[in-house]
Amino acid sequence: MQIQVNGEMLQVQDEITLTGLISQLELGDKRIAIELNLEIIPRSEHAETVLKEADRVEIVHAIGGG
Amino acid sequence: MSHQNDPLIIAGQSYNSRLLIGTGKYKDLEETRIAIEASGAEIVTVAVRRTNIGQNPDEPNLLDIITPDKYTILPNTAGCFNAEDAVRTCKLARELMNGHDLVKLEVLGDQKTLYPNVVDTIKAADKLVQDGFKVMVYTSDDPIVAQELESLGCVAIMPLGSMIGSGLGILNPHNINVIMEDAKVPVLVDAGVGTASEAAVAMEMGCDAVLMNSAIAGARNPVLMASAMRKAIEAGREAFLAGRMPRKRYASASSPMDGTIIG
Repeated sequence: MQIQVNGEMLQVQDEITLTGLISQLELGDKRIAIELNLEIIPRSEHAETVLKEADRVEIVHAIGGG
Repeated sequence: MSHQNDPLIIAGQSYNSRLLIGTGKYKDLEETRIAIEASGAEIVTVAVRRTNIGQNPDEPNLLDIITPDKYTILPNTAGCFNAEDAVRTCKLARELMNGHDLVKLEVLGDQKTLYPNVVDTIKAADKLVQDGFKVMVYTSDDPIVAQELESLGCVAIMPLGSMIGSGLGILNPHNINVIMEDAKVPVLVDAGVGTASEAAVAMEMGCDAVLMNSAIAGARNPVLMASAMRKAIEAGREAFLAGRMPRKRYASASSPMDGTIIG
């Protein structure tokens, strides 16, 4: 199925979880935060959060800024 | 020294340093780290941005260098031009920081001036405070807007000295003074300071602290400027506490006139 990650379309397997997506993107050990369809999904819920077609995911991290 | 017994208190937390610095525009993470160390800053701002997907998985992370156990990380909403985006960014930041809810709110008006959009800043501040955030708010030097933001529950008011990244110093010290007169929360000059003397001026005026990024990162030698800023902030604060001598229109001799060999 197709989902949108950080504004880009991405092909993923059906019923992938957020943990699965993080692992597919090789972000496993990164300090990140995730928003799914405009709702924050806490880290503790990544494993049980199953994605569906056309979901919009934002994955962010901290960078230098003033 | 007096500044050691003179903590800056923001949202109930005590800090020894009155210099807050940003982490943008440095050459690399190593320069960022050394400059922050030289500045003595305890509160350090970061931006929240989309993670690059599929690029450089081994790229070092800022928060591995500037660690939350050593510094108070202050995520900002830089780059947000409306209240909704700013609120979303703060919620992502809180998740990123494991629930730590101190944020720097800035909602900008346009790219050219990066001047605060105060209408959306007020809207976002209201939402964030109600959602439990401790909001340090970047704003214009308008005393009425500052009062409104304080009454909404912001924990620090941060008027600009001049435009972000301009290095033009504090263009309207009178307005900053009016803001400080009425504020019961800390007032920080955020943006505009270009060099050490301007940081000292802000502190001598009685500002509680100064937040800066470009003045350090944009210096020819950022680490040396970070050290200069640390001293300027301390000197300015001590001068404020000491109380300057009154200005006089004419000379007043420092050496006594009695006992001179003249006459």
